[in-house]
Amino acid sequence: MPQIEQIAETLSSQVFWLLVFFGLTFVLVGLGMVPKILGTVEVRDNQIAGDLAAAQAARDAATGDEEAWRQRENANRSAAQALIGEAKAKAAAANAAKLAETQGKLDMRLAEAEAAIAAARNSAMAEIEGVAADAARDIVARVAGTQIEPAAAEAAVKEVMAHG
Amino acid sequence: MAAEEGKVDPMKQFTIEPLMGSDWQLGDGLNIAFTNSALWMAITAVLVTLFVAGGMKRELVPGRWQMAVETMTGFIDDLLEANVGAAGRKYVPYIFTLFMFILFGNLLGLVPVGLIPGVHAFTFTSHFTVTGVLAIVSFSIVLIVGFWKHGLHFFSLFWPANTPAFLAAPISLIELVSFMVRPFSLALRLFVAMMAGHVLLKVLASFVIAGGGAGAGLGLLVGVPSFILMVAISALEILVAGIQAYVFALLTSLYINDAENLH
Repeated sequence: MPQIEQIAETLSSQVFWLLVFFGLTFVLVGLGMVPKILGTVEVRDNQIAGDLAAAQAARDAATGDEEAWRQRENANRSAAQALIGEAKAKAAAANAAKLAETQGKLDMRLAEAEAAIAAARNSAMAEIEGVAADAARDIVARVAGTQIEPAAAEAAVKEVMAHG
Repeated sequence: MAAEEGKVDPMKQFTIEPLMGSDWQLGDGLNIAFTNSALWMAITAVLVTLFVAGGMKRELVPGRWQMAVETMTGFIDDLLEANVGAAGRKYVPYIFTLFMFILFGNLLGLVPVGLIPGVHAFTFTSHFTVTGVLAIVSFSIVLIVGFWKHGLHFFSLFWPANTPAFLAAPISLIELVSFMVRPFSLALRLFVAMMAGHVLLKVLASFVIAGGGAGAGLGLLVGVPSFILMVAISALEILVAGIQAYVFALLTSLYINDAENLH
């Protein structure tokens, strides 16, 4: 096995060159480059974490904005509904008032007309009584040849009419 | 020699050969020749550096390469986060370098560069001198962090919580042994796993060559099944290369957890 056979003559050379090249690699790569590479990775990780946090914050803000918009929209809608209800109620009240006024006018004209009709009928009745009394006196004068008092004739007519 | 006898020496791939500077020495006579092993360590270091440097664009939206590098660093980061906790992040540079160095070393040893004449792949993680140094470095970090953070109180690691006093002596002895064995198990596990796979591949390759050389009948009977097995075991070895690098990094992070979060 050369590892054992040659150990006496090669040990110092092996150890020396290993320390030289391993030490060189350690200083150049291990101490010089590795910390920078790890730093780059860390910077990237931090950047990604920051970006993710910013995106999350933007998302939260958007959700909040949407919620606020929804509340505003709901408030607007209910205000509009209230306005419509009020307008409806006002219109209904105005209608009712107008109807009542018109009804009142109509009732009054009806009452006036009825009163006029009643007055006309009374006066007509009075004239009929007068005509009947005159006719009754004429009939009596022709048939009996006697003159009767107009008052008596009116009374007789009234009696007949009241019974008739 | 191997070609003359028509045999393949499965251990030859682990031989260390000086490429240049065979007489280079540190002050007190220690030889530091630049060997094929050192060459593959250098290639590994360059490739790891290039791979990670390709992911340094630091763009907010990563490209493919940057994504791949960030997956690897994130993998080690998560590993330490899960095993050590928030205090584990300061060990990411070390564990990441360890993991990538072992992973690239393991995988480079499996690249079939031997198809190019004169080029030989070499797996430096199949030498316990290399894995041993890495294990000792990891173990030293555990000891330094443990005594730095907890002082002598770190020895309470060997006394599990709620242990009755009469059991304290034997249990702390067992705990001490299991603690001291850690660097050896760490080093031997990687070394043995890498060496075993490469030896197996070479043995099967020698079957293919010997079977093919012995005629059509034996070639079909031995060579073809061995070759199919080689393909399957190469796939398995790629898996082992990743798993062993992961295990080394995982165990190191678990040991660091002991030192960092003393019970």
